[in-house]
Amino acid sequence: MKNILLATKRLALSESGFVFDPVSGQSFSVNDTGLVILRLAQHQDDIEQLTEQLLEQFDASSVEIKRDVQDFIHRLQGFLK
Amino acid sequence: MKNIATKNPWVAPVIVRHSSSGMNKFGGVRDAQFRDEIAGVSIAELVEKYGSPLFVLSEEHLRQSVRRINRAFTTRYAKVRQAWSYKTNYINAVSAILHQEGCDAEVVSEFEYDKARRLGVPASRIFFNGPYKSRGALTKAVSEGARIHVDHLDELALLEEVAAELNILNFPITIRLNFDTGFAENWGRFGFNLENGQAMEAARRIAASPNLKLTGLHNHIGTFITDPRAYTAQVGIMINFMNNVEAATDCTITTLDIGGGFASRNAMQGVYLPPEQITPTAEQYAEAICGALAIGLKDREQNGKPLPELVLETGRAVVDEAEWLISSVVANKRLPTGQRAMVLDAGVNILFTAFWYNHEVRPARPVEGIPEDTVLYGPLCMNIDVVRQSVSLPPLKTGDLLSFWPVGAYNNTQWMQFIQLRPAVVMVRQNGQVDVVRRAETLDDVEEPENLPIDLQPDFS
Repeated sequence: MKNILLATKRLALSESGFVFDPVSGQSFSVNDTGLVILRLAQHQDDIEQLTEQLLEQFDASSVEIKRDVQDFIHRLQGFLK
Repeated sequence: MKNIATKNPWVAPVIVRHSSSGMNKFGGVRDAQFRDEIAGVSIAELVEKYGSPLFVLSEEHLRQSVRRINRAFTTRYAKVRQAWSYKTNYINAVSAILHQEGCDAEVVSEFEYDKARRLGVPASRIFFNGPYKSRGALTKAVSEGARIHVDHLDELALLEEVAAELNILNFPITIRLNFDTGFAENWGRFGFNLENGQAMEAARRIAASPNLKLTGLHNHIGTFITDPRAYTAQVGIMINFMNNVEAATDCTITTLDIGGGFASRNAMQGVYLPPEQITPTAEQYAEAICGALAIGLKDREQNGKPLPELVLETGRAVVDEAEWLISSVVANKRLPTGQRAMVLDAGVNILFTAFWYNHEVRPARPVEGIPEDTVLYGPLCMNIDVVRQSVSLPPLKTGDLLSFWPVGAYNNTQWMQFIQLRPAVVMVRQNGQVDVVRRAETLDDVEEPENLPIDLQPDFS
């Protein structure tokens, strides 16, 4: 989990949600929430703290946010191997 | 309170990898929009009142559909009858509307025959088709004067016995034919084969019987026929046989029943082009069929023979697009392959046609977010319960509603009570009123035919 947060530091992020991975050469699209998570992840290597920051910003339960973030991180693991 | 007001609403995060494959000019855009109403009635309100999952019929769509087919054929040929194929959807409200629109009934079992009779259909307007009719069923149908389609020689012998027992002479019957049109796969299992002489043999046998009289020919070339030329070939072959059999046995054919098989705008799995491009219109089918009739029958009346009536056993093309299934998302999952999955409260137990169609799937509200490839699972604890293997959907929450369309054909008849109870079917009437036309099943409905011997009652005391 920590490794994947480290891997996000190499990503180039645009305002519109366009994401470029210079290691694999692949590009991605993320939605607004995905962009917020990637931005936080680039300056954060603790998943618990990242979730806390999201809870402060978004109107949702901790259960919902934790579940969706976990799903998103699993997805990233597949893409940023 | 103040703090909550400043927070942003949470939308599930989505990341999608860009694919560098070329654009597909045939692909079109499907499943991208939302549908929040059916025939003017809010889907959310329907579910709130009648529960989820829920089948929703539209009376307006059903009537328009049958009228369009009727108009396409009656403007091209003088004698046309539509026989509503009961097995496609025999909910009484559906059959009743189609009978109000002038359809006869096409039934394929004693159960369906009784259902049509109970609805008030005169036996003379019931086409009794199918490969199995018991002696009791035949006795009832013959004595009431139904129109019987004979499938095989054993049935012919039984029918002759029944007519003789009832002291009926020259009972008019139709024989089912099978032959190769060169287009669709030959459905050789129904009726008498034309190429090897079986059909002519059956006709001679009928001619020799004092109790029976051959007046009709039937053929069903197959199902979901997307090339109208198949019907042109079918009609040509049937007219040719009609001329031969009339010359050989001195009978007069008054009915040509060309069966069913018209496609609906549903996406058949494994078919590359979308239904908008491959499904012929009613007018295209009518043109192919009535054009062949015009050519084949041009000298018939001059030769002293009546124009045969054309019978269409319409089912799917009439009802499929007039019904929707509403289902709720009960869970989101991520599969080990990375694919997104959703669990719905409707599965293949009630959406049987999911085995061969890719239905149109739409959220019931506008959803923001990047669409992702998703597999839709039903609620059954069975690996086969997949209602859509792959569909691009935006992020959805539990409780969100999805509509599946078209689902009017073969679901309300082939559905099964398996693991789950079957849901209600409602109909949006032309005046906007909503009627329950089949209430949701209960445990009592399922257990009513059962009998638990008293000594088998478990004791947990």
